[in-house]
Amino acid sequence: MKSTLHRSIALILASTLGIAAHAADLTVSAAASLTNAFRDIAPLFEAENPGTKVQYNFGASGALLQQIAKGAPADVFASADQETMDQAQAQDLVKEAQRRNFVSNVLVVVVPSTSAVVPNALADLAQATYARIAIGLPASVPVGRYTKLVLESANLWSAIEPKMIGANTVRQALDYVARAEVDAAFVYATDAALMPGKVKVALTVPTPTPVLYPVAPLTAAPNGVLAQRFVDFLSTSKAQTVLARYGFGKP
Amino acid sequence: MGEAWIALALTLKVAGWATAINLVLGIGIGYAMAHWRFPGRDLLDAVLTLPMVMPPTVLGYYLLVVIGSQGPLGAWLLHHFGIRLIFTWHAAVIAATVVAFPLVFKAARAAFEVVEPQLEDAARTLGISEWAVFMRVSLPLAWRGILAGLLLSFARALGEFGATLMVAGSIVGKTQTLSIAVYEAVQAGQDDTANFLVAVTSIACIAVLLGAGRLLPGRVAARA
Repeated sequence: MKSTLHRSIALILASTLGIAAHAADLTVSAAASLTNAFRDIAPLFEAENPGTKVQYNFGASGALLQQIAKGAPADVFASADQETMDQAQAQDLVKEAQRRNFVSNVLVVVVPSTSAVVPNALADLAQATYARIAIGLPASVPVGRYTKLVLESANLWSAIEPKMIGANTVRQALDYVARAEVDAAFVYATDAALMPGKVKVALTVPTPTPVLYPVAPLTAAPNGVLAQRFVDFLSTSKAQTVLARYGFGKP
Repeated sequence: MGEAWIALALTLKVAGWATAINLVLGIGIGYAMAHWRFPGRDLLDAVLTLPMVMPPTVLGYYLLVVIGSQGPLGAWLLHHFGIRLIFTWHAAVIAATVVAFPLVFKAARAAFEVVEPQLEDAARTLGISEWAVFMRVSLPLAWRGILAGLLLSFARALGEFGATLMVAGSIVGKTQTLSIAVYEAVQAGQDDTANFLVAVTSIACIAVLLGAGRLLPGRVAARA
């Protein structure tokens, strides 16, 4: 009895040590909308840098920034808007000289594919037929900030804000629409393209500032050299082809 | 800061409703399980205890699938009554009720099982109805154990986060409970708000525990 217990404990302890360690693990904190494209880019980067493993941490850019600001050991930060990167720069988490824009995106309004009503203009969303509209929380989610800017400049924010269902990431907003829990949502064109059967794009929304994604290695990165290589890699044709395939535009 | 008081009021309302529902369900089902033997009773007990063991996000996902507009229950409600549960405080109550149910159920069942059957039989020989046996003999004898379960259930409902976030979302005044408010304040880098919310939550929890300490008669105090 006792030796079986000892053996079981030893086995459990041994299995926890069996995690493979790589020459270097690169930690990339990236905006949620980059999930699919970045996952495809990882093996391409790893092929050019043998022994490296890319670990991703996806989330709303604002939330990722908070993690980094409070000491999370990330190497690279890719955000979905300039403002979050500006905040990072203001806190000396990234250097201005090292940041660069690597893709652009487009803001769209999507509705559930089963929806009978489709808005023809932004002002239609103020109507009562659209009772729930999923918008990213402007305080931490870039897509929510772009949306708020657009709606404020169109004088629609006060009409639409009461109907807003706050989403913690753009993918959560997309999920709400895919499940038909909301009548419409503001997401990126690249996110809408991921669920053609469940959501349909109703409007393409021009934004006052272009949707440009910046990326930068972090000043406190544990793997600084590798971080810079990853940032450079995103501008190569290999990475750009993958991004274009998902619908991202040139920076 | 005003949002903190709104979140506190909403959290207490949701936890209160969830505990009230669990009071009825937990006692009823606990009593039934303690008194009746039937094939599959242990399996049913395990299934009813599942919400306590399952990760809240898994539970939240199940609830989303069932009560969402495309789910079996949700679609039926939408079609017949025009009711959409997701993103309402009712969904928050459902989530809190489900996660806290096993705490009352388990405590009630255990409490009813230690009530001496002779006492219940004696009451029956005196000619009172089954309902009266339950209300005047079983329940009063099992009450302390049930109360402990209710307290745990209230505390659990107060702090529910994962399942609530999935089905209720976070709408200030309607579904943004204290735990969700803290989460979003931290994500947005609003540390002042987060600190204030955490302080409010801590004080509320301590108040609940102190209040419960008064309600539960202590054995030590009784002997002293």
